[in-house]
Amino acid sequence: MGSTNSTLSKIPNVEELVQETGFTPAHIVRLYDRFEALDKEKTGHLRPQDFGAINRLAINPIGDRIIGAFFSPGQETVDFHSFVRILAHFRPADKKRPKDPSMPEPVNSRTSKLKFAFQLYDQDKDGKISRAELLQVLRSMLEMQVTEEQLESIADRTIQEADLDTDDAISFEEFRKSLEKVNIDHKMSIRFLR
Amino acid sequence: MFFWNWVKYSTSVLSTEKRNASPVLSVVPGTDRLVLPSHSSSAFPSLGSLYTNRGRREGGSMEQEMGELRRYRTQSISRGEFALSDSFYFYRKGLESIVDDQVTQRFSSEELVSWNLLTRTNHNFHYISLRLTVIWGLGVIIRYCVLFPLRITLAIIGLSWLVIGTTLVGFLPNRRVKNWLSELVHLMCYRICARGLSATIQYHNKNNKPQKGGICVANHTSPIDIVILANDGCYAMVGQSHSGLMGVIQRSMVRSCPHVWFERSEMRDRHAVTSRLRAHVAAKSNLPILIFPEGTCINNTSVMMFKKGSFEIGGTIYPVAIKYDPRFGDAFWNSAKYNMVSYLLRMMTSWAIVVNVWYLPPMTRQEGEDATKFANRVKSAIAHQGGLLDMAWDGSLKRDKVKEEFKEQQQKMYSSMVVGKKARNSQEPHTESTRR
Repeated sequence: MGSTNSTLSKIPNVEELVQETGFTPAHIVRLYDRFEALDKEKTGHLRPQDFGAINRLAINPIGDRIIGAFFSPGQETVDFHSFVRILAHFRPADKKRPKDPSMPEPVNSRTSKLKFAFQLYDQDKDGKISRAELLQVLRSMLEMQVTEEQLESIADRTIQEADLDTDDAISFEEFRKSLEKVNIDHKMSIRFLR
Repeated sequence: MFFWNWVKYSTSVLSTEKRNASPVLSVVPGTDRLVLPSHSSSAFPSLGSLYTNRGRREGGSMEQEMGELRRYRTQSISRGEFALSDSFYFYRKGLESIVDDQVTQRFSSEELVSWNLLTRTNHNFHYISLRLTVIWGLGVIIRYCVLFPLRITLAIIGLSWLVIGTTLVGFLPNRRVKNWLSELVHLMCYRICARGLSATIQYHNKNNKPQKGGICVANHTSPIDIVILANDGCYAMVGQSHSGLMGVIQRSMVRSCPHVWFERSEMRDRHAVTSRLRAHVAAKSNLPILIFPEGTCINNTSVMMFKKGSFEIGGTIYPVAIKYDPRFGDAFWNSAKYNMVSYLLRMMTSWAIVVNVWYLPPMTRQEGEDATKFANRVKSAIAHQGGLLDMAWDGSLKRDKVKEEFKEQQQKMYSSMVVGKKARNSQEPHTESTRR
């Protein structure tokens, strides 16, 4: 596996990554090892099939959606930088950081996490979760276990509860409002080192 | 001799730390729930950090997590219903598995808690001090220049004697003398080979040693397992017939006592395999068969699914648990990363191979128990004895993908939270509207 220094030197623009994502160099080395382990054919990029090889992910009902989040529209591969940037959304928030309005929103703040979650629902990126999009997510999570009518009634009810401006879709603000009591930092963070 | 004494001393000192066998922790596939046995011993807390889900949040099961996510809602979750935050649970699990996952972990070498001066176990190298580097350098010189040539010589002697000895014994006609001589030759060769690897083996419960006409079943970590087990008794090997050096060894071994070698084409036909093994077992004077039901090498931190084929043959099963001490050398054969020759070279340049072998009391299939249940029973016993994690995942996941059923299981669990335990029926819309 080699020394941290030699692995770090293999990764281009490490300082930029550290600044942007807030990961420490040790984290980045770990993620790089994982990236290389997933990239079985050593192409330097990951394709959807490489993610599909992870068994835990394959049995996750919304696994495909999660994989899709890594690939920008039209792109078929993801390089290491994008890989790390997406994972950075799930880094636990830094509690000690002072709120600096001039700095851009850190990628793992509550808002950014919520935005990421919102995008997973809102696949066509029009800023709203339409009824159809909600139905799609419900369908993947429930598949054979419920009938189509049940799915539709669940979707209807959810929209009714969250939709404040009655446009039959959930905008980001409405999404944020309906989840304001949820401890997002706890629920959408993962530990990156053993 | 000095080296042997040193190895024995250090193993005895270090093994007093974990004298008691640790309890088994079973992982239910598809969840992160750990199922503890009802009789956890006091040794559990210290091993908890090694054997629980590493780096994973103590989040608990799906129900627990969902309950926490929905706590802010006024309705209780027993009524069901979907919440937008439900998906967070799945996102998190998905991302966690991208960063690391339990199954893929098993197919690469175990990470050590503290470094044992071998570069190969050094994953995050930090330069710590000059002294450590000097010691490591000394270690390299000792291992490569002193130990390695000795071991290679021994290994060559051992293997050539195996071939020559078994061929010679094969010429003898008399049955009893032949068997006795063949056992002698086999034992001698394996002992030389074990010395060639600097293997220190400790056998426990020798009274449960496999008898003739039985089937010996063990967890698989590397091809060296065969040498380890054969040091203490003679077994009939089962496997594919190879060409080349392995083929020569296989053919000469068969001359002195019956082993079961299959052609590659025969392996596909499960019935042919089973019937041949059954015939072997039925002849009570034949040596016990040695089988590794996992089918592939696992990294010795867990035991994966046992294939039920071996348990359908009938006869008495003698389970054996093999546990390597990772501090002296990493015995796991990562066949994707290393071929056989480089693997053996790595083995011969480690400090030593220190193994504990436990013979478990014989088991037979009970009335009304099918092969799969029996296999799981044996697997749990082996995992329990060896202090390994008992996983229900299939070892062949190394190469194949997971089955759809596990995904459906996840969906089922989630749906029972959303719509309650009722199956899909026409009454649903009525009851849902009354909730409003």
